[in-house]
Parts: sequence; C-alpha cells; structure tokens
Amino acid sequence: MAKVVVVTSGKGGVGKTTTAAAFAAGLALRGYKTVVIDFDVGLRNLDLVMGCERRVVFDFINVINGDAKLNQALIKDKRSDNLYIFPTSQTRDKEALKRDGVERVLDELKRDFDYIICDSPAGIEHGAITALYFADSAIIVTNPEVSSVRDSDRIIGILASKSRRAERNQEPVAVQLLLTRYAPERVHKGEMLTVEDVKEILSIPLLGVIPESESVLRASNTGTPVVFDQESPAGRAYLDAVARFLGEQRELRFVTPERKSLFRLIFGRA
Amino acid sequence: MRRLLEFLFPPKSESAAIARERLKIVLAHERANRDAPDFLPALQKELLDVVSRYIEIRPDMIRVNLGKSGETSLLEINVEIGEAKAKPASAEAKAGIIASFEPAKPAPSAHPG
Repeated sequence: MAKVVVVTSGKGGVGKTTTAAAFAAGLALRGYKTVVIDFDVGLRNLDLVMGCERRVVFDFINVINGDAKLNQALIKDKRSDNLYIFPTSQTRDKEALKRDGVERVLDELKRDFDYIICDSPAGIEHGAITALYFADSAIIVTNPEVSSVRDSDRIIGILASKSRRAERNQEPVAVQLLLTRYAPERVHKGEMLTVEDVKEILSIPLLGVIPESESVLRASNTGTPVVFDQESPAGRAYLDAVARFLGEQRELRFVTPERKSLFRLIFGRA
Repeated sequence: MRRLLEFLFPPKSESAAIARERLKIVLAHERANRDAPDFLPALQKELLDVVSRYIEIRPDMIRVNLGKSGETSLLEINVEIGEAKAKPASAEAKAGIIASFEPAKPAPSAHPG
C-alpha cells in the first residue's frame, strides 16, 4: 500500500526541499518506487534541486485541471529508475491546488508508487494545509533555533487537528522529527540547542540529525540530491534517516564535534 | 595572559539554555490556547444578545473563559451588571423570565460536558 509522506516545517528556509529530494532519492536507492511532488505553487524549486528544471513541460495544476495526463507531467530521474519528480506550477493563483483534484492525483499515484513524498511550502496557508492533508506520515524539518522549533510545534498541532486522518478519527499521522543544519561544535559550546533539547520540547520521535555541511549547498548548486554524495556527512546522515524511516536501527552519527588533531589546531588546516 | 587563558578555557556562552527555557514557556502557553475551542467568541456574542434583551449591557461586561481547575475543564462566564439598568419591561420580562439581580458578583461557573 502506497504511503503518503509530507515534508513540512512551518518555517521557511529550514531545508524542506533539500530533505524531500534527499529522502525521495534515498527511498529510491533502497528499491522503493518513489515520486516527489512539489506543493509550493508559484515558487517552484524542487525541479532545480532535483536537477530537472529543463525537462518540465506539464505540471501538477495541469494534471489537476485535466489539461495533461499524469504520465505526461511525471519526470523520470536520470540517476535512479525508481525515482520520479512531479513539478508544480508557477501560476500565481495559489488556490489552484484544489483538494479534490489533489486527492484524485494522489489516488492515481498510489496505484504505481510505494512512496509519495509531498514537499510542502512554508507557512500554514492553503498550500501547506493541502500538502499535509492526505499524509500518512510527516517529517518535521526543524533547525536547532527558537523560531523554527516554535513553528514546528505549530505545524505538529495542525497535523493533529486538520489532517484527513484527524478529521476522520483515524490513526493519527505518524510525525517524526528531522533536525537539520546541526552544528555539533556550536552545541558543544552551549550556543545551540541540543538534539535532546529539541526532541524534549517537541516531544516527537527523532528520525535523524543532519549536520550543517558544505555538501548541501554543493548538492543544490548541481541539482543532485545530497544522498548521491556518498562522501558527505549530510548525505550519509540522510541515508541513516531513510533507514530509520524504514524501521531499521541506526546509531546517530555526526552529532559530536569532530576531534581536531594537534596539527590541525596549530596550522588551521589538515 | 588573559587571552591565553581564554584560549585554553573558552568561556561558555550558555545562550542555548536561555533558548530552551524561553521555548518551553512560550510553547506551554501556546499549546494551552491551541486546544481552546473556537466557539467562545460566538458564545459570548449570543450571551450578550440574550442578556441585553433584559438589561442594558456593554460588550465588555460579559467575559467567557475556558480554563482548567485540576483535572476538570472550567467554562467560566462572568456577567458584570453592577451599573447596568434594567430595560423597560418587555414581553419576556412580563412573562416572568428574569428575576432580580445582584450587582457585580462573579457569575456562576458551569462545567461543560
């Protein structure tokens, strides 16, 4: 049975699209047929992060309005046979994302895919609510920073009251925390909230911690989901999170400061 | 010398601890309000309509609050009628619906559900 997963946060700029791209690619690498949908109508960016911006012909709104067929709008990823990208529209009419239309499209996708990853826009307006409404699970992307934590708490509340599962009194949406842009050195100095702090404050299960890493910007620069960069700590941390999402046990990595060698301390570089 | 000491034992800036405490307080507050039903303004308005049929009353003289007292939720309705004047006898009043009222005592509280 296909699972609908929303990647959401409330706050903007915390790494939702990076996470949606990395997660979708990670699930595809694990052999699951996965589609990642951009719900940010008017501010399309998933295509850029996935590196398929020049292949967009039809979009989500075209399919909802019946102007294009689903398989005309889906873009097959060039790196993985299991991965598809469903770009959104650049229209300024945010209300174009009608709930019954979205439901129809999701039901059609459910027949072909194992996982449907919904990349939510920021905020708690129509687009964000539509993105989370049909979710079975939710990945709450949070930075260790006060405004992000507060907004995450707000969106967790909305998932518990406004999602379809909540409205129908079904089993609640499975909500998990993904802490991104984590800087162990700053945590160690007492300058940044710890994993435990954020986990305790939001009181939801922890899916993973993604360290602040140069490789994330490099990945978006080149349009490659960061999990394809096997060298990068962020990429490996995302693969760990995907494994935990699939029910496997993985130790947390990259959450303590790297030990600097004496040589590196003296000369500033290794 | 001080610079050497600071290099060896950097002073800890504990701003993360401040962030943690501030978040705990603000979220406790917001979570309490989040669960509040959104019918309170409507209830307040309807109460005002009913009461003002009998006495002259300003909107700010009725306060509706949902609180907690231990395990039980408490719906608190306060009607302040200290300076309010009874309206000239209306049809309802003649029918004996209102009784006399005492000025500015806290109104009875009701437990919902």
